[in-house]
Amino acid sequence: MTQVSMTVNGKAVSGDVEGRTLLSSFLRDKLGMTGTHVGCDTSQCGACVVHVDGAAVKSCTMLALEAEGASVDTIEGQAAADGSLNAIQQAFQDHHGLQCGFCTPGMVMSAAALLKENPKPSESDVREYLEGNICRCTGYHNIVKAIMAASGQDVSAIAAE
Amino acid sequence: MPKDSGIGASPKRREDVRFLTGAGNYTDDINVNGQAYVHFLRSDVAHAKINGLDTSAAEAMPGVVRIFTGADFEGVGGMPCGWQVTDRHGDPMQEPPHPILAQGKVRHVGDPIAAVVADSAEQARDAAEAIVLDLEELPAVVNMKAALEDGATKVHDDLTSNLCYDWVLGETDDAAVQKAFDDAAHVTTLELTNQRLVANPMEPRVAVGDYNRGTDEHTLYTTSQNPHVIRLLMCAFVLGLPEHKVRVIAPDVGGGFGTKIFHYAEEAFCTFAAKACNRPVKWTASRSEAFLSDAQGRDHVTKIELALDKDNNFTALRTNTLANMGAYLSTFSSSVPTWLHGTLMAGNYKTPVIQVNVKAVFTTTVPVDAYRGAGRPEATFQLERVIDKAAREVGVDPVALRRQNFVTEFPYDTPVALTYDTGDYNGTMDKLEVAADFAGFAARRAESEKNGKLRGLGVNCYIEACGIAPSNVVGMLGARAGLYDAATVRVNATGSISVMVGAHSHGQGHETAFPQVVAEMIGIDESQVEIVHGDTSKIPFGMGTYGSRSLAVCGSAMVRATEKIINKAKKIAAHLMEASDADIELKDGVFSVAGTDKSVAWGDVTLTAYVPHNFPLEDIEPGLEETAFYDPANFTYPAGAYACEVEVDPETGKVTIERFAAADDFGNIVNPMIVDGQVHGGIGQGIGQALLENCVYDDSGQLLSASYMDYAMPRADDVPFYTVDHSSQTPCTHNPLGVKGCGEAGAIGSPPAVVNAVIDALQSGGKDVGHIDMPVSPARVWAAMNG
Amino acid sequence: MYNFEFVKPASVADAVAALGEEDAQALGGGQTLIPTLKQRLAAPSKLVSLSGIAEMKGVSAADGVLSVGGATTHGTVAAEAGAYPALADLASHIGDPAVRNRGTIGGSLANNDPSACYPSAALASGATIVTNAREIAADDYFQGMFTTALEEGEIITAVKFPIPEAANYQKFLQPASRFALVGVFVAKYADGVRVAVTGASEDGVFRWSEAEAALSKEFRGDALMDLKVDPANMIGDLHGTKEYRAHLVGVLTKRAVVAAG
Ligand SMILES: Cc1cc2nc3c(=O)[nH]c(=O)nc-3n(C[C@H](O)[C@H](O)[C@H](O)COP(=O)(O)OP(=O)(O)OC[C@H]3O[C@@H](n4cnc5c(N)ncnc54)[C@H](O)[C@@H]3O)c2cc1C
Ligand code: FES
Ligand code: FES
Repeated sequence: MTQVSMTVNGKAVSGDVEGRTLLSSFLRDKLGMTGTHVGCDTSQCGACVVHVDGAAVKSCTMLALEAEGASVDTIEGQAAADGSLNAIQQAFQDHHGLQCGFCTPGMVMSAAALLKENPKPSESDVREYLEGNICRCTGYHNIVKAIMAASGQDVSAIAAE
Repeated sequence: MPKDSGIGASPKRREDVRFLTGAGNYTDDINVNGQAYVHFLRSDVAHAKINGLDTSAAEAMPGVVRIFTGADFEGVGGMPCGWQVTDRHGDPMQEPPHPILAQGKVRHVGDPIAAVVADSAEQARDAAEAIVLDLEELPAVVNMKAALEDGATKVHDDLTSNLCYDWVLGETDDAAVQKAFDDAAHVTTLELTNQRLVANPMEPRVAVGDYNRGTDEHTLYTTSQNPHVIRLLMCAFVLGLPEHKVRVIAPDVGGGFGTKIFHYAEEAFCTFAAKACNRPVKWTASRSEAFLSDAQGRDHVTKIELALDKDNNFTALRTNTLANMGAYLSTFSSSVPTWLHGTLMAGNYKTPVIQVNVKAVFTTTVPVDAYRGAGRPEATFQLERVIDKAAREVGVDPVALRRQNFVTEFPYDTPVALTYDTGDYNGTMDKLEVAADFAGFAARRAESEKNGKLRGLGVNCYIEACGIAPSNVVGMLGARAGLYDAATVRVNATGSISVMVGAHSHGQGHETAFPQVVAEMIGIDESQVEIVHGDTSKIPFGMGTYGSRSLAVCGSAMVRATEKIINKAKKIAAHLMEASDADIELKDGVFSVAGTDKSVAWGDVTLTAYVPHNFPLEDIEPGLEETAFYDPANFTYPAGAYACEVEVDPETGKVTIERFAAADDFGNIVNPMIVDGQVHGGIGQGIGQALLENCVYDDSGQLLSASYMDYAMPRADDVPFYTVDHSSQTPCTHNPLGVKGCGEAGAIGSPPAVVNAVIDALQSGGKDVGHIDMPVSPARVWAAMNG
Repeated sequence: MYNFEFVKPASVADAVAALGEEDAQALGGGQTLIPTLKQRLAAPSKLVSLSGIAEMKGVSAADGVLSVGGATTHGTVAAEAGAYPALADLASHIGDPAVRNRGTIGGSLANNDPSACYPSAALASGATIVTNAREIAADDYFQGMFTTALEEGEIITAVKFPIPEAANYQKFLQPASRFALVGVFVAKYADGVRVAVTGASEDGVFRWSEAEAALSKEFRGDALMDLKVDPANMIGDLHGTKEYRAHLVGVLTKRAVVAAG
């Protein structure tokens, strides 16, 4: 076991891990932060996306020890301290961008990374950016719509409610 | 003006807050103090005799608590099949045992042989690797036709063959059917495959078993669509436990799509092992394991023949289907190719003579069971493909051909056992023509052609039988369970309400939509109503969520229970206002006496129910809680018409979906936002089936598409925005809300539209391609275009 | 995963020393290695992370050569390889954004997956693979699928790409993995055109010499008209037959030439 220390959602944390401990399991099992999900073992589904030093990464494909000293942001840190949703979370709720909610943490974290890089993404920008985030419930329609809405674009012309 | 609350409004989903903030509580998020972890040693070959199984070295490995093998489960029941199909001769289907852990033989890659319980998941896996296995490989049985040949290797030695059943529905007189074909002016024939799929909810399955020696109580946390069904099957058929000592909890569940209906060996194992080890036992499937252990879907091979008279009226339909059951009968597997498929072969059309023949076959592959749509997508695909082909052959417009043959008078008794209560197929087709902008297609095609692309428009209809179902009917058809549902409405003293429902929400938004109904009936704010689901200890009973049944069946139970509440509350109100029950009116949460200005508020009545100082105790009991069980009188029949526009790149064969429109008739709609979302999701899966997804075994029974590296899941850039229209509404005639169900429509209605569109595109490019099997991959399109 | 010891040296020299140990293995971005470890298909005793070695990171251009540090992520190449736009474009289409934020060029070239993108760029550019010990010409480096000229413990510290006059990469997606079902990289240099094909061949990335000859004479899509790739050596699997892949090589090469202009 080796000690690893990092900042998660602005709070300093540390814990003993093995070499093989993944960042996703450090978050889920050691810190009890189960908002980050694991949906596959081939690094494709994106349910586990978090930000490490501001960049989106698949926490299931990064060793916890690689995050030593890093600043990690997860879904648990997205809402304001009083619980109010951030703009992306709010847009997901407003536009029904989630159903079972399992892919949602990864979707929200990927969307946050996208909007940081590209504040007004087009429909195809959003669809391309989500290449590594699989959702089985929504058919993506309302996810794409929500992300475009979160960027301040008018989505009222997009088909359906 | 859209409403902002109650039935027909689209309030934001209340469950979203927890899912959006990482506060959801999925089964893998649950850890019980002191839990051990199980790893299943699974067969890596398709078919073998177990000649030796030595766990001694493994038992000595660090952290190992106990290792279980098939021997530990001798005398314990196997996984049951919930539906007994009767074959064409009146005999019951062949039903092989399905042990929790293999007994003497393994029958598919992934079949569990042993289970290691250890202090950590990695230790359990380490020890599983140290188990010494002596497997004598037997020939794999993969191809269904070969499996039925004389002398084929048998998957189950004790059965007479690999044929589970040979079933017929509709016109059983072969000569009469043949005569209809002989008399036809035109016959269109199509052979096709409805490929095997993997449901792939994004949350892999998890089970946590817990046992309390002090109270002799079991608790099972599991990723299930129907916790009561799991408890019933596990207690009654597998482990022989008293139901009142077993609590099954299905907390937040990350999608189901059918594959989390079934009772799985891992659930029974964790329940059993928790007691045997006197320690909580947790199993979390990896995605790789899910590919080998979740029941898979579809896998039908069909020949369909459609007869038309000289005026292009459909006169007869005959199908011959081979349906793959996999190695064992999963919980509802046997019902899918029969009662969920054969009964839908009439589609939206008044074809007078229909014969459906189905042979269900055992193979050495993962068991196959219901996946979103279950049988109805297979029926719809065949029928809507053969109609499209027929239209081309006889040279008529495919939409006109459909319209000409629509059922237009209701109720309509089909030749395949159903009675459609209501519908308006021309109505949805009219909506579709607008939603899909048929009028603008020619211009869009011309534009595509300018860019060197072929453009096609594909249209189809669908109908499904949902809201399963009348228990007496399904009982006659072989179901071993009832298919009612239940709800308890508990009004608290302060007037807020908890509704305990048997339906389970794993994405469908029950927590938001169900309160809309109760709140509207009483006239109070939705926030006063809370839905409780997913825990057998909190809910009276329930058959769960599948077959688009939650609102139609469980919602009806909820309405009935709420009606009982209102009746009782009126009695209390009458007493408070010294009026007669019959004169009490309830509006906007206020009880008043007709024709007077006397009134009492909802909260006064509910408080009186629990503080019965001034209460008609001689007539009614205190308290305000009612339960109703609702058993529907018929299925519900959602129906609609879908259109897809594709572009085909003639150089590479790549198909892109340019537009997709759906016009559905779901009857009345409680929450349009949620209904749209359900349709979007279904269309996404349908496009996945049509273009991308394929579960493939090689000849040795190895699964080739065993991860997302080879099983193509639809991504955001594989699909467009969809246009959905639900304004054509013929309310269901036999349930109190007039609702039909919307969960599966998208997945049922979309695959034929896509394939029809691809064929249309290729034809427009002068390629005489009659059919391409799904998934319509670039390679297949290119091969079809190049002969 | 089997357990292993994790070290994160700060210099190439320390990394090489750490890799000298029996069963030690380099860890780049882990985007291939970690999924492999999860399947328990490898059992290194020690993983030597290269992500802390500053001298192995970054992109620079000088004298017509673009140098990319061996531990540079795909995302960085996409953003910073403006001097070689076709390469930046290739990097921007590897996997997804999260994969690109971790995966590295060194890891990709060391792995030499037959469907990976970078090998085609390196081979078509006549790049030089720089290791802690030597420089290897791309033509000598790729030795069949998952096989390279790297010795045990040898680290790719940088890759040097001669910048072509024109170039383009065409990737046709394998629909599930989103790697290249077939990918073709075409690069036009003053002394001729190089065409490298990934995803297609049982032998891994390869140069399509007939196309190179034709295009060196005349850099136009039509120059390829009469050329066909022999399907015999192509990969055939559930995503595409040998014939289909052979066909795609032709289509994509033509498209790459047209796009390169
Ligand atoms: C979802 C997903 C999609 C992907 N899509 C694509 C795609 O479209 N195209 C594509 O090309 N790739 C794709 N990849 C692979 C990705 O590009 C990987 O990043 C890359 O193949 C490996 O790089 P890495 O830095 O992650 O290496 P690692 O996974 O860390 O290592 C891979 C191998 O290289 C060795 N190694 C690592 N660095 C070095 C070095 N500097 N010197 C010597 N040996 C080294 C390791 O020991 C190991 O054997 C995808 C991966 C994922 C997870
Ligand atoms: S869990 Fe990380 S990509 Fe699937
Ligand atoms: S909401 Fe269920 S997987 Fe996306």
